[in-house]
Amino acid sequence: MNITVIFINIFAGGCLIFSFIKDRKKTKQSLLGAAKSFIRILPIVFIIIIFVGLLLGFGSQTQISKIAGEHAGFWGVFLIALVGAIMHIPSLIAFPLAASLLKNGASITTIAAFITTLTMIGTITLPLEIKELGKKVALLRNGISFIIAIIIALIMGVIL
Amino acid sequence: MKENMKEKQRKGMIRDIIILGIAIVIAIVLISLFPDKREVITASSWEFFIEMIWILPAVMVLMGLFAVWVSKETVVKYLGETSGIKGIFLAIFFGALPTGPLYVAFPVAAVLIKKGAKISNIIIFLSAWACIKIPQEMVELKFLGLEFMVLRLILTIIFVVIMGLSIEKIIEWTDKTKVEGAKDNASI
Repeated sequence: MNITVIFINIFAGGCLIFSFIKDRKKTKQSLLGAAKSFIRILPIVFIIIIFVGLLLGFGSQTQISKIAGEHAGFWGVFLIALVGAIMHIPSLIAFPLAASLLKNGASITTIAAFITTLTMIGTITLPLEIKELGKKVALLRNGISFIIAIIIALIMGVIL
Repeated sequence: MKENMKEKQRKGMIRDIIILGIAIVIAIVLISLFPDKREVITASSWEFFIEMIWILPAVMVLMGLFAVWVSKETVVKYLGETSGIKGIFLAIFFGALPTGPLYVAFPVAAVLIKKGAKISNIIIFLSAWACIKIPQEMVELKFLGLEFMVLRLILTIIFVVIMGLSIEKIIEWTDKTKVEGAKDNASI
């Protein structure tokens, strides 16, 4: 098994024990919250699992690399970044998805652009952001985030 | 507000289950049409499932714990008062703690604005919350490797700080040039 997986589980277990010793009630409350968010995320996990299975079953490596690979060019990166900005899937699930795309022909640049816009930009939560922070701040944050996501992706493509 | 959020969550859950149903139907149809692909599809889906199931519960437990132990009041107290380099570090630190989805952070940020915290710190805090979460980095490390994770982390921090400072400058500049317009904006 992967070291990171072991580490995360030990870390979570350690925090849990520590929290339990300090305050049982708060720990119970947090576990309840954890169970709720786990159930909330499950349908999306299964959707992505099916999606990845179908993608790897039917999409060939050349198809994936044509759309999201080295030869996708700037507009390919731009398009994937746009998809990442609009899509609303939890980033925790996006990483394994990104890894399987990377293994099957996608380039570092497109994957980095996808993950960065996906996490930084929230089109679905934008109305809420505007309501709480005002139009100017919300639009500036999301707009500039899109630009820096592409810059980050391009730099990563050059270095890695 | 809280009821509203719950209602939204419930609706989102129903929507996700419907999409899942459609995905299952599509998968069954495709597999029965192309039986030779069955092995590849089930094998990759299964592998993916195993990977997720080892990580997700731990991450959820971490998020649950921090959401309870690090209260919104603590964040507001520390971020509302500090500025400069220290403010930037604190903004990244509090943003990076594993404490729930982005929409939880907006009300916190709104309180911070009212308390007169620096715009740059608020932007950095929000962006760190969105994309520099500690468990998220661990999952990225597992799936995309050390090089990818570290490089993206460093670049993200650099650019998020630059973005925070420039948005602050833009806001200050536009507020100065059209004070009236800013007042209208604030009242909305």
